[in-house]
Amino acid sequence: MKTLNSDNQQLFDKEIAGDDYYYLRSCIRQNFFPGAEKVFLDILTQKLGRKIIDDEHHTTCSGIGYHTDIVPFDTFQAIIARQFALMKEKGAVNAVVSCITSFGGYHEVLETWKEFPEEKRKAQENLKKATGRDFDVPKNIAHACDIIYKYRHEIARLAPYKLVNTHTGEPLRVVDHVGCHYAKIFPDKAVGGAEKTTVLTAMIEAWGGQPVNYPERRHCCGFGFRHYLVKPNRSYSISNARKKFESMQPYRPDLILTNCPGCNMFLDRWQYALAQIEGKTYSDDKNGIPVLSYEELAGLLLGYDPWHIGLQMHQVDLEPLLKRMGIAYSAEAKYRNAKGIPMTPPKFTGCLE
Amino acid sequence: MTKKKHIAIIGGGIAGLEAGSVLTRQGYKVTIIEKENKTGGLLNHWSSLFPDFSLPGEVLARIQPENPDLTLIHNTCIESIKKENGRFELFDKRHLKLYADALLLATGLSVFDASLKEEYGYGLFINVITSSDFERIHKAGQKLLTAQGDPPKRVAIIHCVGSRDAKVGNGYCSKVCCITGVKQAIAISRMLPECEVFNFYMDLRLYGSKYDALYLEAQKRHQIQFIRGRLSEVSENQDQSLQLKAEDTLQGRPLRMQADMILLLTGLEAARQNENLCKNNHLELDENRFFKSENMQYHRNCSRQEGIFMAGSCICPMSVNETLDSARSAAIEVDNYLTQKER
Repeated sequence: MKTLNSDNQQLFDKEIAGDDYYYLRSCIRQNFFPGAEKVFLDILTQKLGRKIIDDEHHTTCSGIGYHTDIVPFDTFQAIIARQFALMKEKGAVNAVVSCITSFGGYHEVLETWKEFPEEKRKAQENLKKATGRDFDVPKNIAHACDIIYKYRHEIARLAPYKLVNTHTGEPLRVVDHVGCHYAKIFPDKAVGGAEKTTVLTAMIEAWGGQPVNYPERRHCCGFGFRHYLVKPNRSYSISNARKKFESMQPYRPDLILTNCPGCNMFLDRWQYALAQIEGKTYSDDKNGIPVLSYEELAGLLLGYDPWHIGLQMHQVDLEPLLKRMGIAYSAEAKYRNAKGIPMTPPKFTGCLE
Repeated sequence: MTKKKHIAIIGGGIAGLEAGSVLTRQGYKVTIIEKENKTGGLLNHWSSLFPDFSLPGEVLARIQPENPDLTLIHNTCIESIKKENGRFELFDKRHLKLYADALLLATGLSVFDASLKEEYGYGLFINVITSSDFERIHKAGQKLLTAQGDPPKRVAIIHCVGSRDAKVGNGYCSKVCCITGVKQAIAISRMLPECEVFNFYMDLRLYGSKYDALYLEAQKRHQIQFIRGRLSEVSENQDQSLQLKAEDTLQGRPLRMQADMILLLTGLEAARQNENLCKNNHLELDENRFFKSENMQYHRNCSRQEGIFMAGSCICPMSVNETLDSARSAAIEVDNYLTQKER
């Protein structure tokens, strides 16, 4: 089967800054998979020797509130203006956004300011009145996955492991899921554009895996805010995730790779929920298909301890994948806290007991 | 002597050939400059013509001008036009220089590059083809087969690919694709009677004589199904068949459909050289990148530059018979201009 690969990236090639970043964290991610952002920072500074500012003063972008009509657009603009003001105070010009919702939101505000300069003036006034701060528009805005994409070959050179099944020598079959707000709002801000986004498939290829295309590749994971936040609409949310799993199942993927905090969470946890509802999984076992973000995967390949980067937080157990990839780990250390003290393990991992 | 004036025609498609034929018969010297190694333009690639399934070769055979006053220059692309002392100077990249008393533009059309509509998968999924691909297959006398070599059981024809689509910068209607879709659906049905054919359309713009009759025939005799709906995306299944996601806008419902092949009816665009030809003179392009007429009601063949005329689809997309009519009317305008100039 012809797969989506970096050769298809003819139309959209974005500029990604090479160093001196300012990190804009995700508000939800640190609760779901707290190790992902930590390992991103560590890879950047310790492995790649790049500089990045991790600023404790920045806040949520309020994107979820904005998309659910709780936060008005004026407020949203002022909050984003404040993040830019903090960047300015630190002397940073290259923003790196951890969250896909935020990434879409930052670009939405910047495009609004381009088209309607009066909105920018209003945001400047509001920010000044509320905080006394001034801001500059960043020179470059990248999503964190763009940075890993940019340095994918360097990571491959440094990595002791590959996306290869060490028992068979075959490349692992990886399906990617790109968050909707990464490319579908502003295709030119995405590596490869909206229809053939290559930001993740290029990583898979560079790291020895085989990207696998499947019919519902571009379908939403079900994290649409208006759907899952309103409880009676959650069946709509989970039915979207189901559509994706049904579509990818015949390809028997070893792994799902994501670039969005919400997608990572939903594709992991909804497998459990669907298994409990329907009594079936979409893998050959009861575990389910493992789901990793690009930083978690980069961290694993670079030899980080899976438990130090929080992979025990995943519902679908990562241990079968670690074994397949020949990654050394301690099963005994899986549920110990940072001080090494054992924690209560979950009742079970995976999707079905 | 008016009759020995020289007219240069840019483009050796059917518009250029027909206008050249009329003008030489009127006693002018004509030079046709064609960018390919063969005259006939896009008609060389079509298998049959709507609405009567006549052969393009028959049209081409009738309009090949044979006259000692007509010169054909092949493999030459005119890059710029300059007016000097009441005459036109034409240049190509290789320093060809040609003088003419009047100039007729017949640069024709180019076909929209379907791979730009990434969501439809042309160039990515092997069983997605375009209307031009189908014409080539049909013309070669081959059967339509999937990439696996099997006759398709279901084909979906998608209208308006790169036409009436602001997203790709083509807000206008290419006009002749709807009837081409009907014609190709019938051709597939004749070729593969067991195959189900679906046409997904936005509007059916069947403006020409006998076009509606063909549409009716498609439905009644060939059981072609027409769904008013816009395709949102195409994906490939494991067996390389295709999944369509579309909206049936009459039912107001999204739909998913499996098909063995998808045929994209590609829109038509102005020739890419048009922009270059507007330099150093008063030629203008309209908002759709076709040549702008001096007046679109009663001087459609006259450009914004005195002495330069237009014929055929360089004005807007046209069917074969409209192109020929346009070429003849352009020839009259050229003759009027040169006659008046002489007086």
